[in-house]
Amino acid sequence: MFNNFPLFPREASSVAGQVDALYFLLLAISGFFAVTISLTIVAFAVKYRRRHALEVGAKIHGSTALEILWSAVPLAIVMGIFVWSSVIFIRISRPPRDAMDIYVVGKQWMWKIQHPDGRREINELHVPVGQPVRLTLASEDVIHDFFVPAFRVKADVVPGRFTTLWFEATKPGRYHFFCAQYCGTEHSGMIGWVDAMTPEDFQAWLAGGAGESLASSGEKLFQELSCNSCHRPDSQGRGPVLDGIYGRPVALEGGGQVIADDSYIRESIVDPQARTVAGYQPIMPTYQGLVTEEGLLQLVAYIKSLGTTGQPTPTPGAPTATDTPHPTPK
Amino acid sequence: MDAIDATLPPPVNYLNAQHGIKSWLLTRDHKRIALLYLFGITFFFVLGGIFAALIRLELLTPAGDLMEAETYNKMFTLHGVIMIFFFLIPSIPATLGNFLVPIMIGAKDLAFPRINLLSWYIYMVGGLFTIAVIVLGGVDTGWTFYTPYSTAASNTHVVLTGLGVFITGFSSILTGLNFIVTIHRMRAPGMTWFRLPLFIWSHYATALIMVLGTPVIAITVLLVAAERVLHLGLFDPKLGGDPVLFQHLFWFYSHPAVYIMILPAMGVISELVAAFSRKAIFGYNFVAFASLAIALIGFLVWGHHMFVSSQSVYAGLVFSFLSFLVAIPSAVKVFNWTATMYKGSISFQAPIMYVFGFMGLFLVGGLTGLFLASVGLDVHVHDTYFVVAHFHYIMVGGAIMGFQGGLHYWWPKIFGRKYPEGWAKLAALVIFVGFNLTFFPQFLLGYLGMPRRYYAYPPEFQVLNIMSTAGASVLAIGYLIPAIYFAWSLKYGELAEANPWGAKGLEWTIPSPPPTYNFEETPVITEPPYNYTPEFVASVTAASRPEVELG
Repeated sequence: MFNNFPLFPREASSVAGQVDALYFLLLAISGFFAVTISLTIVAFAVKYRRRHALEVGAKIHGSTALEILWSAVPLAIVMGIFVWSSVIFIRISRPPRDAMDIYVVGKQWMWKIQHPDGRREINELHVPVGQPVRLTLASEDVIHDFFVPAFRVKADVVPGRFTTLWFEATKPGRYHFFCAQYCGTEHSGMIGWVDAMTPEDFQAWLAGGAGESLASSGEKLFQELSCNSCHRPDSQGRGPVLDGIYGRPVALEGGGQVIADDSYIRESIVDPQARTVAGYQPIMPTYQGLVTEEGLLQLVAYIKSLGTTGQPTPTPGAPTATDTPHPTPK
Repeated sequence: MDAIDATLPPPVNYLNAQHGIKSWLLTRDHKRIALLYLFGITFFFVLGGIFAALIRLELLTPAGDLMEAETYNKMFTLHGVIMIFFFLIPSIPATLGNFLVPIMIGAKDLAFPRINLLSWYIYMVGGLFTIAVIVLGGVDTGWTFYTPYSTAASNTHVVLTGLGVFITGFSSILTGLNFIVTIHRMRAPGMTWFRLPLFIWSHYATALIMVLGTPVIAITVLLVAAERVLHLGLFDPKLGGDPVLFQHLFWFYSHPAVYIMILPAMGVISELVAAFSRKAIFGYNFVAFASLAIALIGFLVWGHHMFVSSQSVYAGLVFSFLSFLVAIPSAVKVFNWTATMYKGSISFQAPIMYVFGFMGLFLVGGLTGLFLASVGLDVHVHDTYFVVAHFHYIMVGGAIMGFQGGLHYWWPKIFGRKYPEGWAKLAALVIFVGFNLTFFPQFLLGYLGMPRRYYAYPPEFQVLNIMSTAGASVLAIGYLIPAIYFAWSLKYGELAEANPWGAKGLEWTIPSPPPTYNFEETPVITEPPYNYTPEFVASVTAASRPEVELG
């Protein structure tokens, strides 16, 4: 028991060192104030202890200069911390443009992971080191949270929308990931391992069990659900042409535009009338309940494979849903 | 008031003015209602403590072995629901506040005595719902009732628990209203706003939060019930709802609720620091306004509970900024308390030991709040044991330590009897040590990555969990000692004088225990609070030792 007694988590991602540096700075600042104030209290208590029964304290009522000082100095310190932590947060929130996509579906009480080329795994996530990885997270039921302590990142996995999380592993190794949002009876069993591998090992692993790629699973689903009867490649269909639409701005009926990213495509499948493309009738039925979250991810991968503008998703950040208005009840 | 008269044991006081169970259950005396509340919250504290003990026992080993996973989930849910809604929120305001607010401002009672009694009954009915939940098999959503788990997935008694919370919320609202009206309308002649004891200021700020915030949680739990029972699509995306909307509504109350718990404790600390330093509070106005600032800014920081919830990056930054801001008034209070001790006349009686304990624990709790307000760092520690440790330092280390300090300070006033000082000091020490041993390891566990609400955990977390459980048993002993000597003192304790501490404040000018209507004549206030002078001390010291004077 005692030979497995870590007091500090491993640092295994590109942001881990930055988060830890801020942590140590905060420890130093907090330690300084906690010790200084405690010692002052002890010193006052000893020095000004009551020496005879009738003694009273000095007639001191306050000092505006001191009040300003001890409001302004802590304010300046916390604003400094605010700026630094915000810089880290923005970095954690914005996946680099060259991030590699992996799709994760959480459900009570397991994690299902799909790689774009079709390799699937459960409660295991293989990633290469030295390569930013962007996870697109979806939930089949309640809120979960994907948390990798060694990478210092986590994001809630919220039903009804996609969230994203990115990291770049820096050291090969096996690291725990946990569900960090309470999700029911076996919440604490919803854990697994990230396997960070050298790029060569990762390629070998990927080749070891590749099945049908996500996009081709998506294409099959696209046909099974008869999406192709309206969304035709020749602009004669009743729905918008999907070729080349991914990552591009789309004009909306009633004005405004939206980037056709993962979230918008997902919304358009489960709640098609929330934001209809300009020039089309709001006639598409909802596919809510007809497609699983994995199916939705496959459909998105398929639409993505229909050609892009060469721009990865310009969603400003994970884990955000800024571009997606919350699904509104109809 | 004539000082010598006040030392004679009052033949008739609020405790013995009437007899029989009916005289308690139908009382309109704020002091008796305070004791009814003390009975209620003590019961729920013991109940919540039993659940805490079971949680710590289960976590002694990595494997889930003591109970089923579902049972464990019910344990932490009930621990949270009971401790927050049925112990911490009413704790100081409904007991010490109820007892002292009218007396401290020179009034005979609260503005609405019947509503005050009603609030206790409402609280007890809410409590009965919660007990019914326990008897019927429990609830497993966590005290946070996150959707869609609570509305669509959980098979436990969510609606019944929600009703309990909904009902008991009204007792909080009524208490808050009563305090606000009383403080505005019933101050004795000469008791201006800036002559109010700081205990009153902090209760005023607390009452504002109770009145403004509690309706929101009431509405929110009703909406959860509406979705769960009637399938209205509010929060569940399968019904067209938005699960994150729930979190906004929930935390809009539940973050300010933290200040409902800590502000009254801060009020207690202000009184105790002044009394045991025999000195005016340093920067009275700043301490008073810091309470209001905390109450108001506290309403604007709820989004820091949602940094990883898929809330937008911009919202995350704004809530981080506001959360840092709310730290400043708390820091100002700590600095002022410390400065109050400068050139004071500090006596080391039992209540000040709890003040020292409060200071140490609240410092750690407050400073670790900065870690959590740091949004880039919070991403890592969010929903881990780091958060669990942080809020226990604030709520147990801060709020309960303050409550205990207040209880020790005013106990002779409330019951007219003293408790054994030595035991009280020992208990403060045991609680302080036990508390740190329980919760400090949880900071390390959290940074290591152990998520909260885990029934079983990987073995590398075990050593720290053993330390925590060991600490919890010390803490339990620390809470048991006062329970014993307080109970003992009711019968065997030395009779208390009117002013055993030689403290300023209207409550110390009337007999212990006070008569039913507090003041025989409405007092007229002619001086600022905490106006300690050698003459004053000489008069109360002489008064409290009549046997010396009379030979």
